[in-house]
Amino acid sequence: MTWETVIGIETHVQLSTKTKLFSRASTQFGESPNTNVNLIDCGLPGVLPSVNKEAFYKAITFGLAVGSQINQTSIFDRKNYFYPDLPKGYQITQMDLPIVLGGTMDIETENGIKTINITRAHLEEDAGKSIHDEYDGYTAIDLNRAGTPLLEIVSEPEISNAKEAVAYMKALHRLVTFLNVSDGNMSQGSLRCDANVSIRKLGDETLGTRTEIKNINSFKFVEKAINFEVKRQIKQLEKGETITQETRLYDSVKDETRPMRSKEFANDYRYFPEPDLLPVVISDKEMQEIKDSFPELPKEKEQRFQTELSISEYDAKIIASSKSMADFFEASIKETSNYSLLANWLIGEISAFLNKDSIEINESKLTPSSVAMLINRIDDQTISGKIGKSIFEEMYTSGISPDEIIESQGLKQISDDGAIEAIINTVIQENPTQLKAYLGGKEKLFGFFVGQVMKLTSGKANPQSVNELLKEKLK
Amino acid sequence: MSIQFKTITELREMLDSKIISSEELVNETFRLNEQFKELNCFVTLNESKSREKAIGIDQQDEPLSILSGIPLAQKDLFCTEGLRTTCSSKILSNFIPPYTATAVSKLEDDGSITIGKTNMDEFAMGSSNETSFFGPVHNPWKKGYVPGGSSGGSAAAVAAGIVPAATGTDTGGSIRQPAAHCGITGMKPTYGRVSRWGMVAFASSLDQAGPIARSAEDCAILLNSMSGYDSKDTTCLDLPNQDLLETINNPIKGLKIGVVKEFDMSDLDLGVQQAFEQSKKLYESLGAEFVEVSLPNISASVPAYYSIAPAECSSNLSRFDGIKFGHRTEDPGNLEELYVNSRSEGFGDEVKRRILIGTYALSAGFYDAYYKKAQQVRRLIKNDFVSAFESIDVIMTPTTPSTAFAFGSKGAQNPVELYLEDLFTISSNLAGLPAISIPHGQLNNLPIGLQLIGNFLEEGRILNAAHIFQKNSDFHLTHPNMEDFK
Repeated sequence: MTWETVIGIETHVQLSTKTKLFSRASTQFGESPNTNVNLIDCGLPGVLPSVNKEAFYKAITFGLAVGSQINQTSIFDRKNYFYPDLPKGYQITQMDLPIVLGGTMDIETENGIKTINITRAHLEEDAGKSIHDEYDGYTAIDLNRAGTPLLEIVSEPEISNAKEAVAYMKALHRLVTFLNVSDGNMSQGSLRCDANVSIRKLGDETLGTRTEIKNINSFKFVEKAINFEVKRQIKQLEKGETITQETRLYDSVKDETRPMRSKEFANDYRYFPEPDLLPVVISDKEMQEIKDSFPELPKEKEQRFQTELSISEYDAKIIASSKSMADFFEASIKETSNYSLLANWLIGEISAFLNKDSIEINESKLTPSSVAMLINRIDDQTISGKIGKSIFEEMYTSGISPDEIIESQGLKQISDDGAIEAIINTVIQENPTQLKAYLGGKEKLFGFFVGQVMKLTSGKANPQSVNELLKEKLK
Repeated sequence: MSIQFKTITELREMLDSKIISSEELVNETFRLNEQFKELNCFVTLNESKSREKAIGIDQQDEPLSILSGIPLAQKDLFCTEGLRTTCSSKILSNFIPPYTATAVSKLEDDGSITIGKTNMDEFAMGSSNETSFFGPVHNPWKKGYVPGGSSGGSAAAVAAGIVPAATGTDTGGSIRQPAAHCGITGMKPTYGRVSRWGMVAFASSLDQAGPIARSAEDCAILLNSMSGYDSKDTTCLDLPNQDLLETINNPIKGLKIGVVKEFDMSDLDLGVQQAFEQSKKLYESLGAEFVEVSLPNISASVPAYYSIAPAECSSNLSRFDGIKFGHRTEDPGNLEELYVNSRSEGFGDEVKRRILIGTYALSAGFYDAYYKKAQQVRRLIKNDFVSAFESIDVIMTPTTPSTAFAFGSKGAQNPVELYLEDLFTISSNLAGLPAISIPHGQLNNLPIGLQLIGNFLEEGRILNAAHIFQKNSDFHLTHPNMEDFK
């Protein structure tokens, strides 16, 4: 039997606002527990939400980028449930009237570009965190995250397999980071998704019963979780059993999905309009301001890198495809003039190291200044490209600046002709046999002499000078 | 010289002419409270800080404002920094807020002195002050009788002359009904006139803070101070400053007063009917005209209210879960037990009843039939008022169907009996309109209240109508003899 997979994805994107959705507390990640918390965030008796418009602007920016209809009047609802990290006992969210309605996202698949329809995207506040493993017999609550603005983006069930799901998540990640809507930092939970998965016989019109896999926070796990779930559902149906509509969790250690306890999701959320907030209206003037300050998207960046900075089409495309790489590149060019050498390094050596560790450049120890300095030292011939590579490896692991490495390890290139000449003389004197053979017509031995000079200078001699001076000497 | 039963205006004169200092005033207030402590008006007193503030004010050359050095009582549902705020509930019996409600801080910034926090129905849910965890409050006019509720402690403290004025909150009549039962003046402003920041929420779309005092004039003084825009409450209206005292003495000749056709007076106590007729005559003699108006959907206001208010309360009270503040049960076996036991132990019966009603009204499958329907009815009631105010200036009704009743005599068997206490007051909360209750007679030595409802934002007009009435009558000047409490 041939089965067809149908996937819809709900993505929670943490908006990169300075303060929370309904309070003026900071959204900074990684602070000590319960420090980015004010009266509103901990739901004290008598407090009321006040609106942070920045979150609305970011939501609208996303909506405009995917061609949505924007609801300029936002109404909020309360979703009621009890949980210790939900201080008010309800979450403020949008049920009936999402700020973003409709839209499309293009993803790259094996069969070319596929368009996925966006159902809606709405604003809501995040909950705090429950920490179960740090205090024996207790659960600790950290409310730093409580109230952080989220944009929940819901796709239509138009994704056909795990690979497409990953492509969708990657496209979404790229878009929200380019738009400055989110920092996209997945390890910090800035982008996480729930996948609704069902299967049906190929050609069937009606959808099969779906399961929802909750809270997946990496591209890799999206793929693995969906693949596991599809296999599980096929096995189930082929045994003649049915699929239970349920919420499941992906366990990355065991690489499997399993149902959550029914108590964890069998809630009647008793949605009703949030009476503490009047409708939030975004004026036409504000809409125009959002459009006027629209961030540059990858295609536009790619064009600009080629025309203004004379970067090759190939390099420009790769650098512009990642927000963190493009930002890094633009910060670095302020401190170096050899743009193409910089671009070469970024997409070559540097990307290789980053890929090996599966991190973005902004998560590494590299800084735009340190990389620009390295490019400058190669460009002004203080070091050779080859030495550059070993310096880079050190920079990458230690974060020490290239100048310090060059200084402390004495890696400065020898470009002084007198010094190089003296070494060449030594090499010639010590290798009379090879000299004789070379002068006798065995020109291949030129490389041998270069090698010997480099060996004696530990690779620091300027290769160009060595070539020129050797040719002169061996005439 | 006694300060008991003095108005703010009178106390201001005494302070300004140095007949009394603010410190003496505060000491005398605490002495009066001690003398009548059987009334049970206060849950928490603020003695040392009150004295400290009074001494500071006595050293100032000029008073900050008309309220400078005047003792006031705050309903115990306004958060007060460093001063316990319980909402008369066990679940908050140990809660000391780290911040002060906007309405209270505005009054304090004008120099008034918060002498303590007044008793109330638990979380403002009740019409008799009998649901308080700290025990019922006696009506100063008759021991063993309710002062009304939920702002019962505030109303009783003013009626007994302990303080000249107090704050209250009104979700369905919680300022006006106790003001009526205690023979004093109380006002619920337009929804959004006073910031709700720091006011522990019962039903967010209906709650509004307001003054309880001995006269309409004193209510105007308090409201002038309490009201005003506050960015911390998005439902608070951004209005130009308005001095409500400026228009309070305007002549009321030609004032068009509406009497609601649908309110059947013949069901009410004879004394309540007679007082109403006499007040009509007084207003007519002052040049007002009476017009019959129709509010066709008014009979649905009590059921609509008792769907919407419990729905909002069921959500607002979710934060009292034993996790972050307030009462937590001893040694719960698991999380669910922590929730269930903390809340079962912490809330009283009436609060539990309303949480259950509200949870039901919002639950899947019932939302449309109850909550949504109630909101539609609310819209109709609002529209009825809009039409009515096209031809009239104010609406006049009794505040309550009858006078104060004995402890335990109403609602013990059937809570709905008590819910009907709010018959005349609830509609102005649903419509967001300002309304005032003033005393206008007595029945068996218990006061009767008269309600004036104004159009949206027309506090000035109802205060004016109430003040002119009080200038031409002496109901507001009579006070209980306090014989029962000596």
